[in-house]
Formats: sequence, C-alpha cells, structure tokens
Amino acid sequence: MTHTTVTNAPAPRKRLSRKRYSKFGKTLISVATTLFLLVVLTFVIGRLMPIDPVTAVVGPDADRATYLKVQQELGLDQPILQQFGIFLSRLFQGDFGTTLLTGRPVMDDIARVFPATIELATVAIFLGAGIGIPLGVYAAVNRGRFADHAVRLVALLGHSTPIFWIGMMGLMLFYANLGWVGGSGRVDIYYEGLTPDITGFLLIDALLEGDMDVFWSAVSHIILPASVLAYASIAYISRITRSFMLEQLNQEYIIAARAKGVSARGVIWRHAFKNIRVQLVTIVALSYGGLLEGAVLVETVFGWPGFGQYLTNALVIGDMNVVVACTLIIGCLFIALNLISDLLYKFLDPRIK
Amino acid sequence: MNMQDKGIRAWLRAEDVQSPTHAAIQNLWLTWCRFAENPLGVFGLGIVLLLVFAAIFVPYLAPYSPFDQNLQAALHPPGGEYLLGTDELGRDILSRILWGSRITLSIIVIVSIIVAPIGLLVGCFAGYYGGWLDTVLMRITELFLSFPSLILALAFVAALGPNLQNAIIAIALTQWPPIARLARAESLSLRQRDHILAVKLMGASNLRIVLSHIVPLCIPSVVVRITLNMAGIILTAAGLGFLGLGAQPPTPEWGAMVSTGRRFMIDSWWVVTMPGLSILIVSLAFNLAGDALRDALDPRQE
Repeated sequence: MTHTTVTNAPAPRKRLSRKRYSKFGKTLISVATTLFLLVVLTFVIGRLMPIDPVTAVVGPDADRATYLKVQQELGLDQPILQQFGIFLSRLFQGDFGTTLLTGRPVMDDIARVFPATIELATVAIFLGAGIGIPLGVYAAVNRGRFADHAVRLVALLGHSTPIFWIGMMGLMLFYANLGWVGGSGRVDIYYEGLTPDITGFLLIDALLEGDMDVFWSAVSHIILPASVLAYASIAYISRITRSFMLEQLNQEYIIAARAKGVSARGVIWRHAFKNIRVQLVTIVALSYGGLLEGAVLVETVFGWPGFGQYLTNALVIGDMNVVVACTLIIGCLFIALNLISDLLYKFLDPRIK
Repeated sequence: MNMQDKGIRAWLRAEDVQSPTHAAIQNLWLTWCRFAENPLGVFGLGIVLLLVFAAIFVPYLAPYSPFDQNLQAALHPPGGEYLLGTDELGRDILSRILWGSRITLSIIVIVSIIVAPIGLLVGCFAGYYGGWLDTVLMRITELFLSFPSLILALAFVAALGPNLQNAIIAIALTQWPPIARLARAESLSLRQRDHILAVKLMGASNLRIVLSHIVPLCIPSVVVRITLNMAGIILTAAGLGFLGLGAQPPTPEWGAMVSTGRRFMIDSWWVVTMPGLSILIVSLAFNLAGDALRDALDPRQE
C-alpha cells in the first residue's frame, strides 16, 4: 500500500526535519485509511438494499436463465470479497456503473451536474464569509452589548432554521410577491441552453460570451438560493470569528497598541484581525463542505439542476449506483477539504515555519 | 414564601454537607440556579416542556383528528374555525402539528436512547484502553465524522427503504460519533486520576473500571452534548421527511407536511409556513436550552 512506502522512505532531506516528516507520513496514513474505510462503507451501503438488485434489473417475472445471466453480468454471483475487489478496481478506473433510468454512466452525469452545485456553493461561501466575518468581528468588539446579543440571535436562528423551509419562504416573498428575483432553475426559461458550455459555470460562461442578458438572469436566479445556503454558514462563521477575535482582543499587545495611540479601527483590523486570518481561512474551507450538505435540500426547493437534485432524484427511485457514487464523492470532498484546511493552516501561519 | 423555604434553602446551601446525596442535590440546585439566570435558556426550556406536554395530551388538545378530510374546507386560511388553517385535503393544520409533536419527540428520544450508550461505550473503551483498540475505534468514528450527517443519513435510508423507522436508525448512525469523541477525551483525562488508580490497586478489572467508574463520570458532558445535538436531530429528521425519505404522508410529520404543502404555497402560504415555523421554534428552543445548560454546567467558559 502507498502509505507504508511513505513511512519506510529514506531519511528526510535537509529542509524537512525528521519530526515533521513523520508527522506528514502519519497524516498520509490516516487519510489513506479513512479513504479506504470510506470505500468499504459505501460498498456496504450499496449492498444493504433489501430489494434483490438482480430482480430490480430483470423484473420479477424473468426466468431462471435470464436471472442467472444478469447476476453473472453484475458480478453478484461472486463471493462478497471478490465483489468488493471488482468494486474497487472499477472505482480506480472512475467507473461507477450506469444509472437505472437512463443507462448513462454515472460518472458522466455527475460531471455534468457538478459545476452547477460548485457555482452555487461558491457564491454562497462568498456571501457567508463576507457577511459572517464582519458580523463576528463587530460582535466581539461590542462584547456584551446589544450588537453582540443581536449577532448571537442571528447565529442561533441560523442553527435552528430548516433550510428547505426558509428557501420556500424566500421564494414566496421575493419571487411570488415582490418579483425581485428569478424563480427555479439557473436562468429564465427562454435563455435556457443559449450559452455554450465552456466552463460549466453559467455566470462565467455568460460573461465570456458577453451575453449580459443571460448573465443578469443567472444572477437573479442564483442570488436567493445562494443567500439561503449562506445563511447557515453565516451563523457558524460569525460565532467562530467572534470567539477568535475575543481571544486576540484580550491579549496584551492590543493594550500596547492602544497605548501607543493606534486608532480603534487600526487596532481591530490591522492588529487583532490580522492574527486570526489564518484560522478563518481554515474555518471557511470547512464550512464550504457543510454547504454541500445544505445544497441537497436547497437545490430541491429551487429546482437547481445540480448534484443535490441529482442525488435526491436517485434516492427517491432507489438508484443505488448513483447514491453510492454521490456518497463516495462527497465523502472524498470532505476529507480533501479537511486536509486542505490543515495544510493551509500550516503554510499560511508564519509561526509554523 | 421566603420564610417557608428557609429550611430547604438553608439545607441546599449548607456548608457542612452531610451525605453524598446531599452534595449531589446541592450541586444540582447550584446548576439550576445558574441555568435560571439565563432568561433565554429558561424560555427554551419552557417551550421544550410545552412540546412534551402537547405530545402527551394531544388527544385532549387537538380540536380535530389529524387525518379527517373535509374537502369543503380545503385550503381554509387561518382564523375562525381553523386556527392555523387547513391543508389541501381540508385537514386542520393545528391538529396535525400537535400530533406531529409526538413524532418529533419520539424521534429525539429514540435517537438519544440509541446514541448515548453507543457513544459512551465506544468513547470510554477507546480512551481507557488506548492502543490498537483506540486506533481502530477512532478511525471508524472519524470516518463517520468525515460525512455531512444529512448525506450519510440519506444514503442509509435509500439503502434500507424510506420510512420513519429507518430514518431514526439512519439519524442515530450519524449522531454517535461526536459523542464517542467527547467520551474518549473525558476518559483520557480520567484515566490518570487518583481515584481510578486507587480502584485499580484494589484489584478491579479493566472492564469494571470502565463500566462503573469511568462511564458514570462521562455522563454529564454527554447529556449536554446530546441536548445540543437535539436541534440537529430535529432538522435532519425534518429534512429527511421533506425529501420523502422519512415519515410518509399522511403521517403528520412536520417536514413531510412542508413537502406536501409545497405545491400550494403560492396561493396558500399557511400550508407551508405553519409546520416550518414549528420546526424552527422547537429546534431554537433546544438550542437555547442546550446553550444555557452548557454554560450552567461549565462556568469556566467565558
């Protein structure tokens, strides 16, 4: 396995100290084991199904010969460990099987729907960080005063609101009653399919094509689902920012800065905030993963043709190939985000060098 | 009032503690006093108690049956005969929400009953024994933690088949890892304490030490953690119901009610708004109560 070669590797070169090197190896081992267990778990989920997968394909009336043939084609006549081996080897080739309904390769479908979700989640994380971080700083600076309690309430509400419901409330108010934003889908229906697929991100594609009508239509469609999605992460980010900031503001260097006559704004942004930037980057990276979870519900509400809606449709009809693929991909993304935020922390923090 | 209470109050505050029970009750009283200082927490607790009350006495409280259809009164706006309006089949929404409180409450209770022992045992054994057992158990815990809980629950329900029972199992499967991690951290620090070493010297087996000396000490923090997770459990259950993977209609589960009301929401706002509001209020209440409980039990924070 890959991780054993890492730990048995020859002595570290000069820049990486032995200690850091073994720490790196440990991280790699733990990531590799988690990935492997993830594959096992998704395999088990795929096999949990109470319906016989062969019957699901051939139908209950099929004769014995057809049944056995399909069973063999699906590899389900093999012992469970060999089935796992087949699953694993196909996985390495990026083959997740085909969907029940259309028979298209699952991987193609996912590649098609993924950009929509990434676009939505990216806009949402910019909103979430852009609003959540200043709110948190503001709350910390005004600790114990009205503003602090107000921000706390916003955060608590964010943790308590069913995201699908607030999405529907938003649609009712801003789309149906006020007409400020677009309804479901990524663009108005008469713009659908006009923009060629360059990056898959509609906002960027429209800009590249110079088609401003499509662009503004896309903006009006993305703004509401993205805000709804951002709402929960605003709650999380503002709370964490507040506690990070409080930790800094209580330190002596802040008193020193104030004593030497730095303006209040300078103390907050140039001294205290500067020191929590690195921690914040890792928090934002982590909450990006949380957005993928919310996306499943939000996309269903807004008819957003992304990953979440694809997964939900598969769930309802019990298309296990799709469910397994989606679960595995989301799990990998989460592990990757965790790793990235770890690494970012190590590389951005000037103290660890 | 004050004069009457004096005997009890004095006993509750007495410096000379007479028995372990006395100390325990004093401790509880102190916690309660700190909890009561937080008005939002008391408010949250009040709503939680109201929910429990509603769930127990539904048959006497609900003005209509949750299943009785009255097509002539379909989509009746709130007010008059129907306090919160009716849905597309003329069922009274208030009655359905009240009956739904039983489902919400039973999901919370069952998930907590499943999750607490699993998390406690996994965490305490991993923390106390250490070594390979710790590595194996914590790897598995981390694996479950590496998923967003809703996605994992979705996958399990899809595999097991969509119904309320499977939704509860799926939610429980996603909720034990944080508790295991917490219990492990606690038992790691308990392992070195003098009283554990004393029990060990007296010849207690490892199993006995974990089960009767470590587990009980981990219980308070686990209880707080579960209270804080309850809002998350409610939201996950509602999300599953909304996607059609939890309780199935006509069961008056709040998430499923929002989902069926979706088709009528443009003209009849109340069908979607009311059940959603109840989810919001109840999970907010659990969050407020949980926050206050944590502050009360752990006065070191802030």
